[in-house]
Amino acid sequence: MPKITYIENNGKSHTVEVGKGLTVMEGAVQNNIPGIDADCGGSMACATCHVYVKEEWYNKINEKSEGEDDMLDQAHDPNKFSRLSCQISVTDEIDGLVVDLPEKQ
Amino acid sequence: MIKTDALIIGAGPTGLFTAHQLNIIGLKCEVVDNLDKIGGQCIELYPDKPIYDIPAVPECTGEELTKNLINQLKPFEVKFHLNERVEEVKNEKGQWQVKTNNGTFFSTPNVIIAGGVGSFEPRKFTPKECEQYEEKSIFYSIKDKNIFKDKTVSIFGGGDSALDWAVELSANSKVNLIHRRDEFRGAQSTLDKVYELRKEGKINLFTKYQLKVPKGNGKLDSIDIQHENKEIKNLKTDYVLGFFGLIMQLGPIANWGLNLNKKTIEVDTEKFETNQKGIYAVGDICSYPGKLKLILSGFHEGALAARACFKLARPNEKYRFEFTTSSSSILKRLGKKSD
Repeated sequence: MPKITYIENNGKSHTVEVGKGLTVMEGAVQNNIPGIDADCGGSMACATCHVYVKEEWYNKINEKSEGEDDMLDQAHDPNKFSRLSCQISVTDEIDGLVVDLPEKQ
Repeated sequence: MIKTDALIIGAGPTGLFTAHQLNIIGLKCEVVDNLDKIGGQCIELYPDKPIYDIPAVPECTGEELTKNLINQLKPFEVKFHLNERVEEVKNEKGQWQVKTNNGTFFSTPNVIIAGGVGSFEPRKFTPKECEQYEEKSIFYSIKDKNIFKDKTVSIFGGGDSALDWAVELSANSKVNLIHRRDEFRGAQSTLDKVYELRKEGKINLFTKYQLKVPKGNGKLDSIDIQHENKEIKNLKTDYVLGFFGLIMQLGPIANWGLNLNKKTIEVDTEKFETNQKGIYAVGDICSYPGKLKLILSGFHEGALAARACFKLARPNEKYRFEFTTSSSSILKRLGKKSD
């Protein structure tokens, strides 16, 4: 299974295996990783699963969904590497992905 | 002071159906919601998105579901208190004394929390320095637009609220519109207007910028905004408005002495009662082993919590289970004639 690393805002790092076909958000929620709220449950309606994708990975993951940037406008402190983790699909190609979590959602 | 059999916090689908269930068994209730309209997440987050898992409704939008639930309440008198947030809850001789931020007082034996994932609050600016100016020079909603007359107003955001206010305030104020990217999500017609006003010099547009820090000595004087490429600009401004949508917060509920599990409230599965007698939690906000965050689960939870309310609201009567198809007393409450 692909491994994904989530780094909390305080620097604490969590590397977990996430099943293919899930999303990066689901990987965090199923493994009880703090820092991703996912209030709307993945329907791209809330911007509380916001992550910063490491620069070297940004172009390797699937592209933004239509409307994702509209939701990111409402995220806490977005930057150009911001994504909604519910819109990043887990595949073999992203084995090793590293995402930073924002200070708050 | 409003006396009622049950107070429901939250006017989302679960709160609405719980109100129905209370009235069906002959109990009165009132509903409080922090939003300005009925419907909760269904209206605020996904009014146009289709839902496919409401029993016997193959497909409906959040807005349609809300309309149907409101229609279902038509035979009953249910008072809604919108734009109000419950702040305090305390127990006096078995009655819950509930106070809202608008000063409305309720006295009731039953409080049903159907708060979804909490109340919707405006998202705020990231820099901590903004707090000291909040409600003085930095606002997340507008109560009195006259204060901006002949002043400089810097508006942040890319949605309809930001665009609409930029257009409206540009008539009497100097307006800066600042957004973190080139594209806006507001209506195209408003956006065209913004570009037109920019040409006329009535709106200054700054895209790919975000607020870096507010500056001033007690009183806001200017703001530093930072471009995606790190370049910083200083803008003189009297007021700052931020329109970044809403986020859900548990809010004051967190201080009511309830057993919490992350952002949810622990309940039993017989009455959906919390660790406080007479306070129930239903819908997305409750947790118990096997909890599913589906609207249909909220309906079931509300139906059971309503029956539990009966005991405290009518201590001298015995609750009798009846079907809507056959009970003459229920049909009477619904305003229908029985055969």
